[in-house]
Amino acid sequence: MIEIICSGLVATWRSIGNTLRLILRTWSGRIALPIVLLHLVLTLFGPWLAPYSPTAMPESIEQYQNLPPSLQFWLGTDQYGRDVLSRVMCGAGSLIATAGGGALLGIMLGAVVGMSSGYKGGRVDEVFMRVMDGLMSFPTLLLALLVLFTLGPSRFNIAATIGFVSMPAIARVVRSTTLSLKTMEFVQSARLRGESTFYIIFREILPNVLPVLGVEASVRFSYAILSVASLGFLGLGIQPPSPDWGLMISQSRRFLVIAPWVALAPMAAVASLVIGVNLLADGIRQATRMAKEEKHE
Amino acid sequence: MARFIARRLGLICITLLVVSLVIFVITELLPGDVAAMILGKEATEESLERLREELGLNRPAYERYLSWVGDVLRGDLGDSYALKLPITDIVGRRLRHSVILAAFAFLVGVPAAVAAGIWAGIHPNTKLDRIVSMTGLVGISIPEFVTGLLLMLLFSSTLHLLPSSSIILPGVNPLTSPQILIMPALTITSVLFAYIMRMTRANVIEVMQADYIRTAILKGLPMKRVILRHLFPNAMLPTITVIASSFGWMLGGIIIVENVFAYPGIGQLLLRSIETHDIPLLEVVTLIVAGTYAISNLLADLSYAALDPRVRLG
Repeated sequence: MIEIICSGLVATWRSIGNTLRLILRTWSGRIALPIVLLHLVLTLFGPWLAPYSPTAMPESIEQYQNLPPSLQFWLGTDQYGRDVLSRVMCGAGSLIATAGGGALLGIMLGAVVGMSSGYKGGRVDEVFMRVMDGLMSFPTLLLALLVLFTLGPSRFNIAATIGFVSMPAIARVVRSTTLSLKTMEFVQSARLRGESTFYIIFREILPNVLPVLGVEASVRFSYAILSVASLGFLGLGIQPPSPDWGLMISQSRRFLVIAPWVALAPMAAVASLVIGVNLLADGIRQATRMAKEEKHE
Repeated sequence: MARFIARRLGLICITLLVVSLVIFVITELLPGDVAAMILGKEATEESLERLREELGLNRPAYERYLSWVGDVLRGDLGDSYALKLPITDIVGRRLRHSVILAAFAFLVGVPAAVAAGIWAGIHPNTKLDRIVSMTGLVGISIPEFVTGLLLMLLFSSTLHLLPSSSIILPGVNPLTSPQILIMPALTITSVLFAYIMRMTRANVIEVMQADYIRTAILKGLPMKRVILRHLFPNAMLPTITVIASSFGWMLGGIIIVENVFAYPGIGQLLLRSIETHDIPLLEVVTLIVAGTYAISNLLADLSYAALDPRVRLG
């Protein structure tokens, strides 16, 4: 069992490396990678790189309140005298981790449901797909609001909710790909060799579903970022004083006229992140098309 | 056909019933006493008991649920806990506001998006197509609350052209002061436009590669006729599904946009009922939103079948 998973992962890794090479040959990919890398650096090292503490307030708040951008505070200060740049830098981590965790969970659940539903067919397929239809017949944000209302906002709950609500769409896409893969020769011959269902799904189907999953993952990631930011904006995200871009934007609304920089900095941050991820999705889509053409040549 | 509609309507009813039951169970499991929440911390045990009696909280849960369902079916939605008003009165006005806002955004956004998508799809990889596509990508990437606040910063704080908040006093028709609708509608439209435009463009590009389009062009039909008779009906089929699913997206977007502009619609009511744990109100608002979504999906399937003779419903 472990062997099957390991060899499946190695094949997965190889195809990721190959796709990355192709992504760098597309325009969207070349613009997207630096943007996404910058945000990843902020995620990993933001708290160390930030010039000031994101949460500590100065002793005399009045003196440092809502200062415009200057050499000392590059992006100005907020209503509590905290450095906006430091707060934006430290906010990347929690947003990307929560959204990424949610998207990853959705992808894994969706892939498992989609592959088993498509490969097994029959009764299993019918039951799985009706449940997915039921989940999809509900607006995503409303579902997320209700779940968080029940469970209470925490990073884990938000990620779990987003994984849960993004699962059905992914499962559908994976299922339809699996259905067409099922009839292919290499899957048929694996079955004739007497391989287990588990082996066939992990070793034969998963590597071939990956291009679809890659596109789907990047699209879901961008939706997840939008959802986490929106939930934060509505006050159902990470609770203050932790820096959260959505919450920062929501709180800066009262000072929009006298201190627009407090709002503009996290706005630019969240917009650039989603634009980067969407461009990357475009790049992956083009790269998988190129990979297909390479194979045919 | 009639059987298909009847079955789908039945399914929608079952979905809504399950939704209402789920919300009821959720609120039963939530910690906290409703009576204490309404009367506040200083309430005496006696007055708490009286209120519980009044709201019928002493009865077992299933009995309360069944009597609630019965009331709703008879058209009595009950009273809101926090606002102490009949829910029918509150929801009716709010719903009208939201419908006006959504209609405004939809009527502007959808035709513009379809037109831009078709144009960009017919001329792929030209300079203008690149600009349109880039706009679309930026449009789907920027969250509604960012677009809304940027518009506010531009049109009210800097240019002083539009009011920054869209509060409507009770008894006032929002259509008498359309300027308060402009920014909220524009915010929803921006996402809607980007999303539908991108999908339409992709569909048009795909249809353009079909053999029948090539044949139509090669047999010398004028381009206008090719677009109207051959391209448009075929590219519109998947677009209709996209428009219907974007309706669900818009229901989510409207919650945020109403919050940004303090526009008194159904989305704001939903958030308020969550904040104040106003369960009867939350039930009704959720059912309205979920029902609207389900019916829009049904309409999409019906129009799909009407346009595509290959699809048979049954």
